Amino acid sequence: MSLPPPATPAVELEGVRLTLGKACFSFDCRIATGRITAVTGPSGSGKSTLLNLIAGFETPDAGRVRLAGADVTGHPPGARPLSLVFQDNNLFAHLDLFTNIGLGVHPSLKLSGPDRERISAALRRVGLAGYERRRPGTLSGGERQRAAFARALVRRQPLLLLDEPFAALDPALRQAMAALLAELHRETGASIVLVTHDPGEVIRLADDVIYLEEGRILFQGDKQAFCAQTAHPEISKFVASS
Amino acid sequence: MLSAGQVRRGLAAGGASLAVIGVLVGLPTGALLGLAPASPAAPLFDAYTLNLLRFTLLQAALSTFLSVVLALPVALALARRSAFVGRIWIIRLMAVPMGLPVLIGALGLIGIFGRQGLVNRLLAMVGVDQPVNIYGLSGILLAHVFFNLPLACRLMLAGLERLPAEDWRLAASLGLGRLSLLRHVELPALARVLPGAAGLIFMLCATSFTLVLVLGGGPAATTLEVAIYQSLRFDFDPARAIALSLLQIALTGLVLTLLSRLPPAEASRGEGRAPRRFDGQGPAGRLADALVILLATLFLLLPLGSVVMAGLRADLLRLVALPAFHQALFTSLAIALAAGLLALLLACGILAAQAAIADRRHPSRLLAAFGRLLSAVSSLVLLVPPVVLGTGWFLLVRPHADVTRAAPLLIAAINMLMALPFVMRVLAPAFESHRLRTGRLAASLKITGLARLRLIDAPVLTRPLLMALSFAMALSLGDLGAVALFGSQDLVTLPWLVYSRLGSYRTQDADGLALLLGLLCLALTALGTAGHRREP
Repeated sequence: MSLPPPATPAVELEGVRLTLGKACFSFDCRIATGRITAVTGPSGSGKSTLLNLIAGFETPDAGRVRLAGADVTGHPPGARPLSLVFQDNNLFAHLDLFTNIGLGVHPSLKLSGPDRERISAALRRVGLAGYERRRPGTLSGGERQRAAFARALVRRQPLLLLDEPFAALDPALRQAMAALLAELHRETGASIVLVTHDPGEVIRLADDVIYLEEGRILFQGDKQAFCAQTAHPEISKFVASS
Repeated sequence: MLSAGQVRRGLAAGGASLAVIGVLVGLPTGALLGLAPASPAAPLFDAYTLNLLRFTLLQAALSTFLSVVLALPVALALARRSAFVGRIWIIRLMAVPMGLPVLIGALGLIGIFGRQGLVNRLLAMVGVDQPVNIYGLSGILLAHVFFNLPLACRLMLAGLERLPAEDWRLAASLGLGRLSLLRHVELPALARVLPGAAGLIFMLCATSFTLVLVLGGGPAATTLEVAIYQSLRFDFDPARAIALSLLQIALTGLVLTLLSRLPPAEASRGEGRAPRRFDGQGPAGRLADALVILLATLFLLLPLGSVVMAGLRADLLRLVALPAFHQALFTSLAIALAAGLLALLLACGILAAQAAIADRRHPSRLLAAFGRLLSAVSSLVLLVPPVVLGTGWFLLVRPHADVTRAAPLLIAAINMLMALPFVMRVLAPAFESHRLRTGRLAASLKITGLARLRLIDAPVLTRPLLMALSFAMALSLGDLGAVALFGSQDLVTLPWLVYSRLGSYRTQDADGLALLLGLLCLALTALGTAGHRREP
């Protein structure tokens, strides 16, 4: 991680404005390529909204969204070069793991021999070897999130968005999953945006941090600067609670 | 989250559904209004009509009161006895009248409470020579209680079981007595469901047709619905039929408006998972509750048993071989299938449009109004009862074409409209939870079109669709209202066959056919409700 970040950011939000009901959001930020960026802040500060804007589930009222330099404002979610892992419902409950992951390779499931091999390899990689025919309902919460990671692996997208992916897991499992995420990040080199409300996770995983408050970006910078800053007492309190 | 194409197609489907429903309900209603005499006040408010209106309201109010008051101790006892022997089966038995064709229930009640029935024979044995009268007001009330007491009981039980288990433990630790428990815990829970339940039952009784047709009679015991049918079918007095139809629409409109202000009463989906209770553990309390539950069970079970016993006495093998039976079965199934499929199609259109509107962050005022119209459709359909719809269509078609040729289509259309609110209630939650679970994921993986239908939607939604279909078919198969207006020598459905055999005093045939029809409808209803228990 000592290399300087490349010039083109993985994500760029330029003058993005969005109103949802009474809440107003306004985001201007660049997320560096190849790094893990944690998006954090109190509940209702707009963490998930920021992610939804990048993923395409929300369309900004004004401003542009660029991914790797390409303007994707208004593009539907499926047309953006990224993978997603939500807090839950990451898998179709009625389909087995092989099919669920296969849908990440091809949306109407036209799979070649090498594709099938790739799916099984991804399952092995996340520690679910031989789970191809299992249904999500028979797995634990941690196993389901591993399967979602396996799908992100086979999709080979340059950007991975994670929306509180470990929030539903117990603390020990959370640490194991964070370690797996760090390993996968080293292997693939993808840019990762991680929404979390857990200060421990920010400290453990992030290279860069974006801290939100009431729909605006209060702080943006690398982790060292985030931990060292003194301008915002609420951030110091957040860091101290880790 | 939806693509522009998906939104467009969803809105178009909803628009088409709305147009079909609008034509099917609007045209006959328009015809009734258009054909109404210039001075409607004259035939609308003569003594005869006022009498009808008075009786309709009186029997509905009394039926509602009796159903609710009698259901109250049963619901309280069932809630208290969470480990009562066969409790689940008693609660399931309470769902049976909902799926039973009304005509079959009436036959069962006649079998038990009729002149030759079990109850009157027992009363005669102990020296009571004033037999219970199954005809007239008392019979109508009895039958309405038979059909609606279980409904009220299920709704109240659901209200009690929604209370958190801690409430009962808290009450026990505070040492609340019978009366304070009733006052501070049970009654407040019931008060939340009672208005909705009573309103629903009043609506059902105010528009009840078959029971009044079979058990009522004479100007003293006739409701608006039956009077409309008689004035069209027997007196052929269209002017009177129109006037009465408009009065009926005004009445249902009023009841629906009042009903919409009450909190809705919902039966809980899970069954039998009652919290442990600590009150009423003494022997007297146990005995009293057991007695109440037993009486209610007998009241439901005896008429059903009577249908089975009477049916088995008939020569079932001969009946099954009758060409008339084959013809009626085929007609009934064809109409039920058409009505069911059409109801599914229209419901899917409405749901697709609702999903498209929900997807919009800022729907335009027009779109929001369209959304409100779509959600009001179920109530709009209830506004015009089947017999009134049939009357409108009858008057509309008769000058231009042979009513008997259009009859199967009209019956299917009317049955479809009757089933639509129920179909929507089965499908709406299933579609909504499917959308919430899979919408974002499918959009992010770009799974669209046929692939989405095949891989994501079909495996999950087939089950609720089949449930809704079988429920709609059961409703259509058991319906006597629409076919009573349009039935003829050439168009006989199973309930009409039972009814006409009954009319020509071939009671044994009627009993046998009733058993077959009842079993068919109950099997379909069981299929239609079974899925509630096994959510993935």
